[in-house]
Amino acid sequence: MSGDDPVAAFRVEAGELLDQVEQGLLDLGHQLGDMDLVNAVFRGLHTLKGSGAMFGFEALAEFTHHCEGAFDKVRKGQVTATHELIAVVLSAQDHMRALIDGGRGLDTAGDAILTRLDAALGAAEETALDTSIKNADRAGWKLSFRLPANAMTNGINPLVLLDELRELGEARIIARTDRVPDFAELVPTECHIGWDVTLMTDAPKSAIEDVFIFVMDDMELTIEPLATDEVPQSGAAEQTIAAQGPVTKPEPGEGSGPLAHAAKARAGESVRVPAERLDALMDRVGELVIAQSRLAQIAGGGTDLALRSVSEEIERLAGEMRDATMVLRMVPVASLFGRFRRLIHDLARETSKSIELVTEGEATEVDKTIVERLFDPLVHIVRNSCDHGLEPPAERAALGKSETGTVKLSARQAGGDVLITVCDDGRGIDRERVRAKAEAQGLILPSQQLGDGELFQLIFHPGFSTAAQVTNLSGRGVGMDVVKRTVEGLRGRIDVASRPGEGSTITLSIPLTLAIIDGLLVRVGTDRFVVPLAAVEECLELSLEEDMRSRGRSVITLRDRLVPFLRLRELFETGTRPDPFQKIVVVGIGAERVGLVVDQIIGNHQTVIKPMSALHRNVATFTGATILGDGGVALILDIGQLVAVGQAQEERLRAAG
Amino acid sequence: MTASILTVDDSASLRMAIRIALSGAGYQVYEAADGVEGLAKAEATRFDLIVTDLNMPRMDGLSMIRELRKRPAQAGVPIIFLTTESDGEMKAEARAAGATGWLVKPFVPDQLVKIAKKVLGR
Repeated sequence: MSGDDPVAAFRVEAGELLDQVEQGLLDLGHQLGDMDLVNAVFRGLHTLKGSGAMFGFEALAEFTHHCEGAFDKVRKGQVTATHELIAVVLSAQDHMRALIDGGRGLDTAGDAILTRLDAALGAAEETALDTSIKNADRAGWKLSFRLPANAMTNGINPLVLLDELRELGEARIIARTDRVPDFAELVPTECHIGWDVTLMTDAPKSAIEDVFIFVMDDMELTIEPLATDEVPQSGAAEQTIAAQGPVTKPEPGEGSGPLAHAAKARAGESVRVPAERLDALMDRVGELVIAQSRLAQIAGGGTDLALRSVSEEIERLAGEMRDATMVLRMVPVASLFGRFRRLIHDLARETSKSIELVTEGEATEVDKTIVERLFDPLVHIVRNSCDHGLEPPAERAALGKSETGTVKLSARQAGGDVLITVCDDGRGIDRERVRAKAEAQGLILPSQQLGDGELFQLIFHPGFSTAAQVTNLSGRGVGMDVVKRTVEGLRGRIDVASRPGEGSTITLSIPLTLAIIDGLLVRVGTDRFVVPLAAVEECLELSLEEDMRSRGRSVITLRDRLVPFLRLRELFETGTRPDPFQKIVVVGIGAERVGLVVDQIIGNHQTVIKPMSALHRNVATFTGATILGDGGVALILDIGQLVAVGQAQEERLRAAG
Repeated sequence: MTASILTVDDSASLRMAIRIALSGAGYQVYEAADGVEGLAKAEATRFDLIVTDLNMPRMDGLSMIRELRKRPAQAGVPIIFLTTESDGEMKAEARAAGATGWLVKPFVPDQLVKIAKKVLGR
């Protein structure tokens, strides 16, 4: 649109546009089914209509609208292109040229063309009947896509594309992470993820192509019709498992020819399995592992070498099967964190604050059910951070902070736990207000001395809310207690830390509890116990002499650090005499260490966790029980509890002098 | 928070048209008259979207896009270019330079708003 007179410029452009339309129509006459040509004609007419209206050519816009509408129907497969239709639109475009040149008294000629257009459309519609029947069988589209590596750098937001697809209909979206490289080679600005989408929609294929219009040329995209019987059944209990790794990778050499192989690979990439089937599989694997350890014991005790070799083979297979089954249930927390981008965006708008979300450790893997159950608690915490924690931009600026507040979500594995941290750089939790409120509610006495950690735990008390004013965002005092309950339901823990003016950090420690874990089998007195191997840091010897010497304070010096230890014999009141050479198993959670004094370390033991009976559920220090190879029972130690007991004991001793 | 959009075009009337269309849709619109000015403004503030013409004096749109993409701070900022060619070399060249998408001129305000919404997701 250069030059002085935009209308003159439009006339020139419109003329060129109509030349293209004309060429497209003529080519289409030779290849009636060519959808690229249909689309080209449609686009030309569409642009002409739009710019016509922009420059005051209303009659042209109105007239063109009908022709555009006709081609829209062809484009969507509602009618097929016929020679008659093309002929009518050809004469229509001559009429458009006349309208552009500013001719008058053209209405009758235009109306006549439109009448012919309707007739041509009517005839074309009949021929399109059989294709529309096909359409009725179609429930939607199955698409699979992968963006070019530089898509995100170039301003394409994959989340926005997925949202756009969701607007077309109900979408099931599965991310394919098979091409995500190892961390060392990962380029964070590149898009390594592909997506499989099952879209239940009436929208035509062109609507999907429109979503990808800017990246179509460089991307991998397949769009296939979704048959009615392929529509996935909805159900909350269903779990989606993106099969990864060797478990379901199609065997090379299988299938005949490259095509069969490609089809196989695509079909094998993900499988939907109802959760209960997965649980049943897990259960069976657990039984298998128990049976295997009994077999190993029998085989190891005899002299039958053939039996022993079979037993070892089964041991290996059972181990691999256990690992494969566990992997099935593990998903990276990225899927959990990803859901917060939208939330932060919405929260920023609702609170008129500028908020940036930073995520870390998305690759950390957690049991699928844990991921699902963590979402709601995390939403509450993040909302609280955004609503109460972060200050409005003006206040932040006045404090010399950047106007944009930051909320950081991070995940990492520490021993047998996954630590998920929500950290903000807001005003922090007002210690005095929490205290005043807790006193007012009678939760604590005015005289009571409380550390920060203990005091902040009170915000999880039912009915507790420190917000001076309740907003529609974060709760009315509901929420935080639910958060605590949910996390405790996962046998996790919440820690709150806060620095006035600098922000607060809430850490959820969730055990990686899976039905099966590797454990260290130990003996205390005559009983056997299992220490989760993930928490074991090292094993030391504690001679009777050393034991006597350290009696005053139960600590050992481990590489210049004092580590408190607990005598399990005393803790469990076994009433037995200690072995002359006791062992210390040093276990740790996060930065905290504690030594457990046992009589004997028996060795590694694959442990199937059987929950405690209802009667024993409240017994602290044990997370469950397991059946040993010889049919005996061993209790599984709750390391979190023991570390807490050990640290408390150490603090008491330190306080006592 | 309203999204901020920088429009780079040497034609004041087109800039005005773009501003009216986008601010009518609730976006905050900033203007620059050519690539040099556009680059300077983009460096000073990170915009949520840049809409640029290709044919401009001093520094054309393609050079500006290339310059912007050289800067790590501008990675991921969507850039839409306006082109009169409905397809062909220009489109490929601009995309190779790092543009996000395009809009064919002439266009109606609605088309521009739709593209902005598509790219920004809001």
